[in-house]
Amino acid sequence: MPNTVRFLTNKTRTVALFIAFFSLLFSKSFAYDPGEDTLKKKTEVAANGEKKGFDAGKLITEHISDSYGWHLWGEGHTSVSIPLPVILYSEKGLDVFMSSAFHHGTEDVVAKNTYRLEENHIKVIENGVVNEEATAKLTDLSITKNVMSLLVSAFLLLWIFLSVAKTYKNRVGMAPKGLQSFIEPLIMFVRDDVAKTSIGPKYEKFMPYLLTVFFFIFINNLMGLIPVFPGGANLTGNIAVCAVLACFTLIIIFANSNAHYWRHIFAMPGVPAWVLIILTPIELLGVILRPFVLMIRLFANITAGHIIALAFFSLIFIFGEMSAGAGLGVSVLSVAFTVFMGFLELLVAFLQAYVFTLLSAMYFGAAIEEGHHEHEEHHAHDHVQPASQIDMV
Amino acid sequence: MELIKPALGLVFWMIVTFAIIFLILKKYAWKPILGMIKEREEGIEKALQSAEQARQDMHLLKSSNEKILAEARAEKDAMLKEARETKDAIIAEAHAKTKIDTDRMLAQAREAIQTEKLAAITELKAQVATLSIDIAEKILKEQLSSEEKQKTLTGNLVKEVTLN
Repeated sequence: MPNTVRFLTNKTRTVALFIAFFSLLFSKSFAYDPGEDTLKKKTEVAANGEKKGFDAGKLITEHISDSYGWHLWGEGHTSVSIPLPVILYSEKGLDVFMSSAFHHGTEDVVAKNTYRLEENHIKVIENGVVNEEATAKLTDLSITKNVMSLLVSAFLLLWIFLSVAKTYKNRVGMAPKGLQSFIEPLIMFVRDDVAKTSIGPKYEKFMPYLLTVFFFIFINNLMGLIPVFPGGANLTGNIAVCAVLACFTLIIIFANSNAHYWRHIFAMPGVPAWVLIILTPIELLGVILRPFVLMIRLFANITAGHIIALAFFSLIFIFGEMSAGAGLGVSVLSVAFTVFMGFLELLVAFLQAYVFTLLSAMYFGAAIEEGHHEHEEHHAHDHVQPASQIDMV
Repeated sequence: MELIKPALGLVFWMIVTFAIIFLILKKYAWKPILGMIKEREEGIEKALQSAEQARQDMHLLKSSNEKILAEARAEKDAMLKEARETKDAIIAEAHAKTKIDTDRMLAQAREAIQTEKLAAITELKAQVATLSIDIAEKILKEQLSSEEKQKTLTGNLVKEVTLN
């Protein structure tokens, strides 16, 4: 079974990659901590009337993380943002108010609890101090910037595809026209190059999910590239969104998996019993790891794109603090690089949607694969091979 | 650390929104769109197949046409050949008949000529005989017109007889 061996090494490589990624992420986040401390010091200094320095780390973190309001422009207390509803549920009951009630974190909101916006987080205040225990128990269902962006993209998706569906109904048997002719090649691409090749003859069952995931990721990636409202939210670069998408894929894998799939996980045929002791845990880990890697890949790719674009812009201000000339000089380079990155991100927006869909399709294909056709099995493994290579993307 | 901690609120909204998008699009978008694409593809496939069928039919028709044409040509050739043969036969027959007629007529003519000739000869002979008799009569009349001459002749005749 040379195919299985190769498959395993790929899997271990994925594990190694994943561990490396996580250690990097942790080391980074630890590296950020002192930065945040200095930030606090700086704000304190600023409060004392001294000039506040530019903090690229803070700017980037703010841009790629979620927030309760949709920031449009401006800084601090004078900034303008779209207020969004805050929905909080605690033991004392449901609280609903607009994010503007916080006045950019300067005022506490008194409802069933007293809430304070601290470092982009809502804390429960009791007797003037943060009650961490109550804060931890708080259920936060707020329509945040990302949720709002999600809803906007949901309406966009529904509008695009329901109108395209209508065009199809009105133009039976005719050549595609307008938006339909832009969407159709993508649908055909997902159907012919993703579903048919990865799943096989039973692909039709999975088409609705694959198409929804593809266009959801693609459109949200593109919207993430638009710097202003209604774009600019880092939705597909949010771990929660990626996790939910990956979980949907996992649920569909489980719902459609057959005995052959599970036999290959728990007792790989033709493998001696003592090897199974090692192999079965790895295979079991692989079942969970696959959607996990799906999540991490999408999250990391999109977030990285946003970070790079923001980092290039931050360079302008970092150099601008040294001298105006340096800032101007760097701005030329920064804009040029950001334009280049923008084009790259357009590619990545499509590529990540494609990769997520393709890998989901391959996992579905593996889950419904029938055991008694040996040649088909090899065929399927041939398809899994490039998938493991795409893991590197 | 903040980045990789999924916010439960967003997870909740994402599940709800994505599920709704998925269900609506599945029923009202993907099903009709995929159905129409498939239908159209099948239509195109069918059209291509029928075109191919038509092409083959045309080919068949063409070859059968050619066959018919060839047959017609062969028939024409055969008819022409037959006609030519008939013509030749008629001509040959006519020739033969004419020859026989001519021969017969020639023979008749020859016979008639012979008959006429014989008649003429006979008549001529009769006339010559008549003329000869007349001449002989006239000569005899002349020779026997006088006594002397009668005596001379008789004497000559007697002489001849005696001399024998």
